[in-house]
Amino acid sequence: MSEAYLIRGGTVADAVETRTGDLGIADGTIVAVDDLPSGAIEIDASGCIVSTGLVDLNAHLGEPGDEAAETMVSAGEAAVLGGFTTVLAMPDTHPCVDTAAVVEHVQLLGAHALCNIEVAGAITVGNKGENLAPLAELAEAGVRFITDCGSGIQDPLLLRRALEYAKPLGLTIAQPADCEALSRDAHMHEGEWSSRLGLAGAPAEAEEINVMRDISLVRLTGGRLHFQTLSTAGSFAIVSAAAQSGLPISSEVTTHHLRLCDADLAGYDTNLKVTPPLRAAGDARAAMSAVAAGRVDVIVTDHTPHTTDRKERPFDHAATGTVGLETALAAALCSGVPHEVVLRAMSWRPAELLGLGSPEQRSLQVGAPADVVVIDPNETWTVNVAAMATLGTNSAFEGTELTGRVRTTIVGGRLVVDQGKVAA
Amino acid sequence: MKHLLSIDELTTDELQELLRITPSFAEVASRRIAKVPALRGLTVATLFYEDSTRTRLSFEVAAKRLSADTLNVSVASSSVNKGESLRDTAETIEAMGIDAVVVRHASSGAPWQLTKWLDASVINAGDGWHQHPTQALLDCFTLQQELGSLQGRHIAIVGDIKHSRVARSDVSAFTRLGATVTLVAPPTLLPPATETWPVTVSHDLDSVLADVDAVYLLRMQKERMRESLVPDLREYTALYGLTGARAARLGPNIPILHPGPMNRGVEIAADVPDLDQVVVVDQVRNGVAVRMAVLFMLLGSGNSGLPADSLPAAMAQASQAPVSADAESEEVSA
Repeated sequence: MSEAYLIRGGTVADAVETRTGDLGIADGTIVAVDDLPSGAIEIDASGCIVSTGLVDLNAHLGEPGDEAAETMVSAGEAAVLGGFTTVLAMPDTHPCVDTAAVVEHVQLLGAHALCNIEVAGAITVGNKGENLAPLAELAEAGVRFITDCGSGIQDPLLLRRALEYAKPLGLTIAQPADCEALSRDAHMHEGEWSSRLGLAGAPAEAEEINVMRDISLVRLTGGRLHFQTLSTAGSFAIVSAAAQSGLPISSEVTTHHLRLCDADLAGYDTNLKVTPPLRAAGDARAAMSAVAAGRVDVIVTDHTPHTTDRKERPFDHAATGTVGLETALAAALCSGVPHEVVLRAMSWRPAELLGLGSPEQRSLQVGAPADVVVIDPNETWTVNVAAMATLGTNSAFEGTELTGRVRTTIVGGRLVVDQGKVAA
Repeated sequence: MKHLLSIDELTTDELQELLRITPSFAEVASRRIAKVPALRGLTVATLFYEDSTRTRLSFEVAAKRLSADTLNVSVASSSVNKGESLRDTAETIEAMGIDAVVVRHASSGAPWQLTKWLDASVINAGDGWHQHPTQALLDCFTLQQELGSLQGRHIAIVGDIKHSRVARSDVSAFTRLGATVTLVAPPTLLPPATETWPVTVSHDLDSVLADVDAVYLLRMQKERMRESLVPDLREYTALYGLTGARAARLGPNIPILHPGPMNRGVEIAADVPDLDQVVVVDQVRNGVAVRMAVLFMLLGSGNSGLPADSLPAAMAQASQAPVSADAESEEVSA
C-alpha cells in the first residue's frame, strides 16, 4: 500500500544537488510538498541525510537452495534496514541461475523481499567455467549482469567468447579477479601476517594478474566488464588507469576491504575469512583513497550469509564470506570520506551501472520514483549479528562500534523501515 | 597464565621462569619412583587430530609424573573433513570435567579457537604450520645444557621453514633469549616476508656452518616434491642436507638438534645421527621435564600465585607425600 509521506527538515542529497528542505512522496513518486494530499504522514529527518535508496551490486541471498542461511524475506529485511532499495542477487544459488526458468523463479522469490531484487545470471552453465549459458535467453528474462562468482572465469578463451557474445545483448560481464593457480589452497592474504600465523596465503599478484588479463581482453573485444570485489592497491591503480583510457570497465570494493586488514586475523576469527582475503593495511588505505577519488565506482556488501556450523571450524576448513547488508553503509560512512562520496558509490553509480537510470533521472525531483533512505549520520551503535534481520551469523564487524544508521527506508513509495525498524 | 598457545604470547619473564624451574622436574623424572602428587585429582586430556606418538606420549608421561589423571581423546583426522564443528568437540571435552587439554591440530589457529569454548587450560602441542611452544621450550633447555646460555650464540635452522611450526616457535624463543638465528633453505621453502622476522636468511649452508654455535635441522617431507617446491630429494640433500662431510667440517663440539622423526639420508646423512654431538635423545628426555614444568605452571601452584621460590619446597613436600595408585589412561573416542 502506498501512502503519502512528508520527510521534514533533512539534508536532501542526490546526484544533482545537496539542499536542506522537505520531500513529499505520494503514489510511489516524489511530489511537490504543496501537492501532498492532506493526512500525509510526517517523518522527522532533522539532522539526517535524505537520499536516493542504496543499490547493492553484489549480494548472495541464500534462496534458492540455502534457505537455512538466508531467505528472500530475511535478506530483504536486512537490505532495507541497511538502506538498500535494490539488491542484485548473485547467481551462485542451487540451482544456479543459468536459464530463464531459474531467473523467473528467483524473480518470483524476490517478490517476497521488501526491497527490489534484480537477478544476475551465470556466465557459464552451472557456474562451472566450461560452456556459455544461454546469454540471450538470460538477457531476455531481464538479466543485466552476468557473473560466475567465486574466482571468475579462469580460461581466457572462454572469457573472450563471453565478452564478444554478450556485447550486443547489453550484458555486463562481472567477475572477481583471481588467478586460481596462484591462490589455490590459500586461506588469507600472503604477507607478513600469513607468515606469522602459519596460514597459506594468496599474493596480491594472484588478483592483479587477472585484472591485467581481463583488461587486455576488454581491449580486444570491446565488451563491458565490471570487476567485482577488488582488493589490492595494484588492482585499483591498474583499473583506474585503464578506465581513464576509455575502456568500458567499472569496479567495486567491499566495505570490509575498506575497513579491515590481514592483521585483524591474529585471533583466527573465521568471520574475517572472506574472498578475496583481507589484504595488507596499505591495500585497505589504497582502497579508501580510490573510493574517495572516485577511482573505484561502487562499494558493495558482498553479503554472504552462513550458518554457525560453517564458521565454527578450523580456519582452513571454515567457509568464507561475511554478511554486510546491515553494516555496509555505516562502515562506509564512518571511514572518513564525505557522505556524498559514499552515496555516489552506494546509490547513484551502482544504479547507473545496473541500468536503473542515470543519477539525474534518479535524483529526488518531482516525478522520480520514490526509493528514498533517511540516514542519521551521527547515531553510534555496536554490531550484534544476533539482533540483525539476516539469518546469517557471520559478521566481520561483530562487536565493532559504527556511526551512521538508517532511520527510514521507502521502496517504491512504501514505508518499509520506520524509526530504524522494519515497518509492520 | 591460563593457556600455553605460542611462544609469542609468553612474556620473556615467563619463558625464563619455565626454563628456570625445568631442572626441578628433570630431577623428579630421574628418580627411581618418578612421581609427585603435584597435580593429583586433576585431569589432563590429550586431543590429537594428527598422529604424533612421541609428543602425545611425552605429555602423558609428564602429566602422570605429576599424578594427574590422563585421558586420550583420539579424533580421526577425517572427522574434520566430515564437517565436525570444533565447538562440538570442545563442548564434549568440557562436559567431561577436564582441567587441561593438550591439543595437536593440522589447522593453524585451532587451539585459539578452542579457548573460546573451553574453560579448561589449553596447551598447544602443535597447530598446522604455526606454533609448537613446548618443542621450542625443550629446544631452548637442551641448548642451554649444551651451550650454557643462548645469549650471543648463533643458531642455524635448516630446512623446510615455510611449513614448520617448530621453526616459527624456535625463532621466537631463541631470539628472545639473545641468540641470533640464520634460516637456511631454498627460497621455495621459506615463508613470505621473512624480512619481518628477527633473522637473517641464507641459501648457502656451507658458509653458514662455518660460523655457528648450534645447528637445528628440520624434517623434510616427501610431499614437498609433488608441490614442485624442490626438484628432488637428492638435490635437496646435496644443497641443504647435513652430509657426513659437512658434519666433519662442523667439528665435534657443535650440537646438532632435530625435532624428530629424522629422515635419515635426506636432511641428515644416515650415520650422522650416531655422532655424540647429536642431542636428539636429550631433546626427547628434556621434553618430559619441560612439559611437567608447563603443566605445573598452568595447573599447579605456579598458577595459584605462589612465588616460584617455593617450588623446591613444594617438590620436596611432594616427594614425601604418598603417591596415589596409578591412574590408568583411558582411551576415549570422540
